[in-house]
Amino acid sequence: MKIGITCPYSWDVPGGVQQHIRDLAEALIDQGHEVSVISPADDDTPLPRYVVGAGRAVPVPYNGSVARLSFGFLSVSRVRRWIKEGGFDVLHVHEPEIPSLSLLACWVASGPIVATVHTAIPRSRILLVTYPVVRTGMEKINGRIAVSEAARTTLVEHIGGDAVVIPNGVATRRYRKADPLPGWPGPGGAIGFLGRLDEPRKGLSVLLKAFEILGAARPGLRLLIAGPAADAEEVLHRVPARLRDRVVLLGQVSEEDKVRVLHSVGVFCSPNTGGESFGIVTAEAMAAGVPIVASDIDAFQQVLRGGEAGELFAAGDPADLARAAGRLLDDASRRAELSAAALAAVADYDWSLVARAVFSVYETVVLGSTQPSVTAPGGDFAQDG
Amino acid sequence: MITDIVIVVALALFTGVYVSWRAGRIDRLHARVEMARTALDVTLLRRSSVALELATSGLLDPATSLLLAAAVHGTRGGDRPRDLAESDLTRALRAAFSQPGFRSSLIGKEGADELLAEVESAAHQVFLARKFYNDMVAATREARRRPLARVLRLSGKAKAPEFFEMDDSLVAEKSGVALGL
Repeated sequence: MKIGITCPYSWDVPGGVQQHIRDLAEALIDQGHEVSVISPADDDTPLPRYVVGAGRAVPVPYNGSVARLSFGFLSVSRVRRWIKEGGFDVLHVHEPEIPSLSLLACWVASGPIVATVHTAIPRSRILLVTYPVVRTGMEKINGRIAVSEAARTTLVEHIGGDAVVIPNGVATRRYRKADPLPGWPGPGGAIGFLGRLDEPRKGLSVLLKAFEILGAARPGLRLLIAGPAADAEEVLHRVPARLRDRVVLLGQVSEEDKVRVLHSVGVFCSPNTGGESFGIVTAEAMAAGVPIVASDIDAFQQVLRGGEAGELFAAGDPADLARAAGRLLDDASRRAELSAAALAAVADYDWSLVARAVFSVYETVVLGSTQPSVTAPGGDFAQDG
Repeated sequence: MITDIVIVVALALFTGVYVSWRAGRIDRLHARVEMARTALDVTLLRRSSVALELATSGLLDPATSLLLAAAVHGTRGGDRPRDLAESDLTRALRAAFSQPGFRSSLIGKEGADELLAEVESAAHQVFLARKFYNDMVAATREARRRPLARVLRLSGKAKAPEFFEMDDSLVAEKSGVALGL
C-alpha cells in the first residue's frame, strides 16, 4: 500500500509525535509498504529517505507557548504537490487540530484519510471557538486513532466522534544491543534508574532509601541514575555521605546513551508509585533484556505479566525493594530467566504489531472509500516559491 | 505689625492656592490616564475583532486561520496575563503577514485588500494608543513623586498607574513605524 503521513512538528526537534511517526513509518516500510512522510524541517537537516521536507517551521505563539509549525499558502502548495505526486492509497495525518501541515493536508486532500490524536488537550475552548475554521478539514477524516484513553476522551468530548485506541509501540530492535558505558557494571554490580529525578511519582526516593540498605550490605554495589533534574546536588544529598561516591548521576542522556545505560547495569529498577499508564521506560528496559525489579502498580503488573517477566515489590516500600533487588543481585540464573522472559513479553508491544493494528485501520478506511486513492483537487495556490 | 500680618496671610493664601492647584493637576492627570487606558482597551479590542474577522474570512489557509483565531481567543479572558496574550496576537499576526509573498497570494480575492488594511490600521492604532497611554503614565508618576505631593499625599487613595508593555509592532524590526509592509 502507498501511505502518505504528515507530521505537524519540525523533524529536527526531538519530540514524542516525531518519534512515533518515525517508528511507525519504519515499521510499515519493513512490512513492505511504500511510505512518504512530509514534515517541517530546516533545509540543512539530514532527513531519512522516506521524509520530504516542507520547509522551515516558523516559531509562533500557540496555546500559551511557542511552537514551531508550518502554515501559510506556501505550505499549502507544498502539501498539495506532495499529495499529487505521491498517489497515496491512504493519507495518515497526525495531530490534525494543530495549525500545521496535518490540518492543511486534511484541507486540500480528498480520499481516504486517517487521523491520529496524540495529546489530551486541556484548553478545550480554543477548539470550540476555532472549530468552524477547521471543520471543513476535520470532517473529511474517515477514521480516527487515539494513542491513549486520555487522548480519546478529549476527542470525544471536544470534537465529537469516536476513535480507536492504539497505544505507542516500543522499537524493541533499537534496544536489543549496545555497549555498556566504560567501567560499568563493575565488579560489585549495579542498579539502574531512568526518568525525571524530581518527579515524586517516578519513585526515585524509594530507590535511594532501598540503596541505603543494599549499599550497606554490598560494598561494591553502585547506582546509575539518568534523567533530568532541576537540582542534582539536592538528589545526591539525600544519600548518606558514606554511599555518595557509589551513586552516579548522568543527567539527561541522548537516545543512544539511554540504551547504553540499560546495558550498563545488572538490574534495572522502576520504583514508580503511580501515574504511569503504560510504563514506556520499563518496556524499553525489557527490550534491552536487563532483569527488572518494579513496583507492583497496575501498569507494571500488566507489562511484566504479573511478575513472570520481572520481579515485583510493594509500591513505595524501600525495604521490600531492597529484598527483591538483593535476591536478583545474588541469583544469576534467576536474572537470566527474567531477562529471557522480558524479551519474550515485550514483543507484544513491538512497533511491528502496532503498525499492523494501524494498517488494519487503513484497510477499513480504504474499503469504505468511494475514491481509489488520495487526490488534491484544485490548485489555485499554484505559484510556488 | 500690620504689614507682617498681611504678608503672613498672603503667604498662607498663596501656599493654599498653590497646593490645591498641584492637587488638582495630579487629579486631572489621573483622569487623563483613565481616558488613555480606555482608548487603549478600545483599540486592542478593535484589533482582536478584525484579526478574528480575517481568521474566519476564508481568505487564509486553515492553519494560519487557526493560529490567528487561537491568539484572538487568548486575548479574551483566560489564564494568560493581558500583556502577554496581546503580544502573542501581535506575533501571530506578524507570522502571518511576514510569509514571503503573503500579499501577492491574496491579490484579486474579494475583500482582501480592505480587510488587510483594516488589520494594519487597527494594529497601528494600538501602537499609538499605547504610546499615548504610557506617556500619560510617565507624567503622572513623575508628578506623584514630587516631594510636596508625597508629603501632603496629594494623590489621595488613587493607585500609581502602571505602564502597559507589549510587543505591538507588525514588522519584525523593533522600529517605531509599525506600518512598513
